[in-house]
Amino acid sequence: MAGEKNVETTGLLGWIDHRFPLTSMIKEHLSEYYAPKNFNFWYFFGSLAMLVLVLQIVTGIFLVMHYKPDAQLAFDSVEYIMREVPGGWFIRYMHSTGASMFFVVVYLHMTRALIYGSYRKPRELVWIFGVGIFLALMAEAFMGYLLPWGQMSYWGAQVIVNLFAAVPFVGPELAVWIRGDYVVSDATLNRFFSLHVIAVPLVLLGLVVAHIIALHEVGSNNPDGIEIKEKKDKYGRPLDGIPFHPYYTVHDILGVAGFMIIFMAIVFFAPEMGGYFLEFNNFLPADPLKTPPHIAPVWYFTPFYSMLRATTDEFTWILAGSSVIAALVMFFKCKGASKLIVPLILLAVAVTLRLIDAKFWGVVVMGGAVVLLFFLPWLDYSPVKSIRYRPGWHKWIYGIFFVNFLILGYLGTQAPSDIFNLMSQIGTVIYLAFFFLMPVWSRMGTFKPVPDRVVFHAH
Amino acid sequence: MSQDSTVNQDAEGSAPLELPSDPQRRFWIGATCAAGGVAGAAVAVPFVGSFAPSEKARAAGAPVEVDVSSIPPGQMRTYEWRGKPVWVIHRTPEMLEGLSKVNGDLADPNSDRPGYTPPYAKNEWRSRKPDLWVGVAICTHLGCSPTPRFEPGAQPSLPDDWQGGSICPCHGSWFDMAGRVYKNKPAPDNLEVPPYQYLSDSRIVIGVDEDNPA
Repeated sequence: MAGEKNVETTGLLGWIDHRFPLTSMIKEHLSEYYAPKNFNFWYFFGSLAMLVLVLQIVTGIFLVMHYKPDAQLAFDSVEYIMREVPGGWFIRYMHSTGASMFFVVVYLHMTRALIYGSYRKPRELVWIFGVGIFLALMAEAFMGYLLPWGQMSYWGAQVIVNLFAAVPFVGPELAVWIRGDYVVSDATLNRFFSLHVIAVPLVLLGLVVAHIIALHEVGSNNPDGIEIKEKKDKYGRPLDGIPFHPYYTVHDILGVAGFMIIFMAIVFFAPEMGGYFLEFNNFLPADPLKTPPHIAPVWYFTPFYSMLRATTDEFTWILAGSSVIAALVMFFKCKGASKLIVPLILLAVAVTLRLIDAKFWGVVVMGGAVVLLFFLPWLDYSPVKSIRYRPGWHKWIYGIFFVNFLILGYLGTQAPSDIFNLMSQIGTVIYLAFFFLMPVWSRMGTFKPVPDRVVFHAH
Repeated sequence: MSQDSTVNQDAEGSAPLELPSDPQRRFWIGATCAAGGVAGAAVAVPFVGSFAPSEKARAAGAPVEVDVSSIPPGQMRTYEWRGKPVWVIHRTPEMLEGLSKVNGDLADPNSDRPGYTPPYAKNEWRSRKPDLWVGVAICTHLGCSPTPRFEPGAQPSLPDDWQGGSICPCHGSWFDMAGRVYKNKPAPDNLEVPPYQYLSDSRIVIGVDEDNPA
């Protein structure tokens, strides 16, 4: 069969192309993948996320060569890597810094998607795979954090696994099933190790491949939020597109160089990052009998952790009230069968909000804050994609949302107090309102005219 | 074989792009998928089951015998039972007095919610004998171990009329000197009182009582 296939290449490459679509794959994804020419600073973070993924996999492989997933040995084996394995400290600090920088890069990548509407039609699946990557990354980071078996590892895992115990009826059994014991123990450490080094990375890689294939199917968005495929030259190439290779591969190398300067500065000079990247309490071995006086998750979980803490019994009144108001609005706005069904569901939610413990709803709010992202493409009704052509006050809404997210993140690192609790409750309301009210506010205001071609000034 | 592939072929030997549907073949495809699905689900059972606690983990919950005579009044000792910290607090008469003063601020002052208080501890002290409190020091919210704050009076992050108790470092739940949780805190339940028995005036065993034989 190979002889019948028509290929242009000759020699070794021709031999390969007869048997494997190497040249056509390179063309499809690199040299003839046309990306908009007006990419800006925000477009570095996709390729940087890929870079950090590779760094994490490579450093992880080398760490596993020295690490021992055993409750008796784990803490000491990490110290052994730090002190006695040649270069071990460097590999370990690259891995721990990489975990935090992965989230820095991914949060910035998601911010880009939010402000330029990169999740809008036809890129819904690109976005959904992306949120899937974010979830897998959170699972990966959480399970990896248990492995050093320090105080924060232990009590952090204790808290997060106990979140599942809040599920009505099956919760406690579910938590025992996840831990494999009645408390976080050797069994838990062993299975988290397995999931951290095998299962979740495989899922993560699969999702990354799906994310990129979906992206290359529909083409990249750009800061103007217009489709470059609508204006093509006589060869069928987008007029505002340039081949990914060499133009953006070279462009991204600049991003990599800048990123690595920051990354290595952290690895060499501030690997603990003042307790934000590696918490001080985690340099104490796990003690199941004593919780450290102040425990908080690593910074990348703290916005969601704040929302968990904000959901007290009193706060469920606010959630239930909002649900009732939403039910009334939907009753007057909806037509047909959903006129009754949607308000009834909302009323049922309002009632169960008061019937089931607030503890469960804290978990729902925390999980829901992430799951809400999946629905973003269907919440945004704005006629334009990019923030550039939205009404001026939309920028304020996005600004408030991002600042609010940072404040929630800060509050999550702090010890609980009355004033901070009130602030995180307000923050949680702002976060939820941003998404739940998006179908209303996103279509309001005067939108600016969107240009035909991308805005681009040659250097 | 009524559906032999040659039936639909033309003179050149190529089959049409769409074959007519064959109900009999569809039935067998469905049946094969169903059988394969059942087999797949059955294979998942041992894998899912392997996540449950092993026999070794189940056997590790042996009762713990402790000598309580050496605990000075107003102090506590921590013992490990089933991997969890169990507090034994020797309460002073002042501490016991404080219990009735906070009833109004508690979520469940009489320990009516099921599952956390054995019948013999369902009293104003939540213990078999008033002075000695035995409880699992694991917050009923998300499982952190509370920090003792036995000293009454004003102190950081606590009210001025604090009667002594403990606070959870993770999410700020407060408990009184009988492990009862305060209102409007994340923890829904009082701290668990484990099964325990007096062997003599000075010795107790944790993990055993009338309903939970060793």
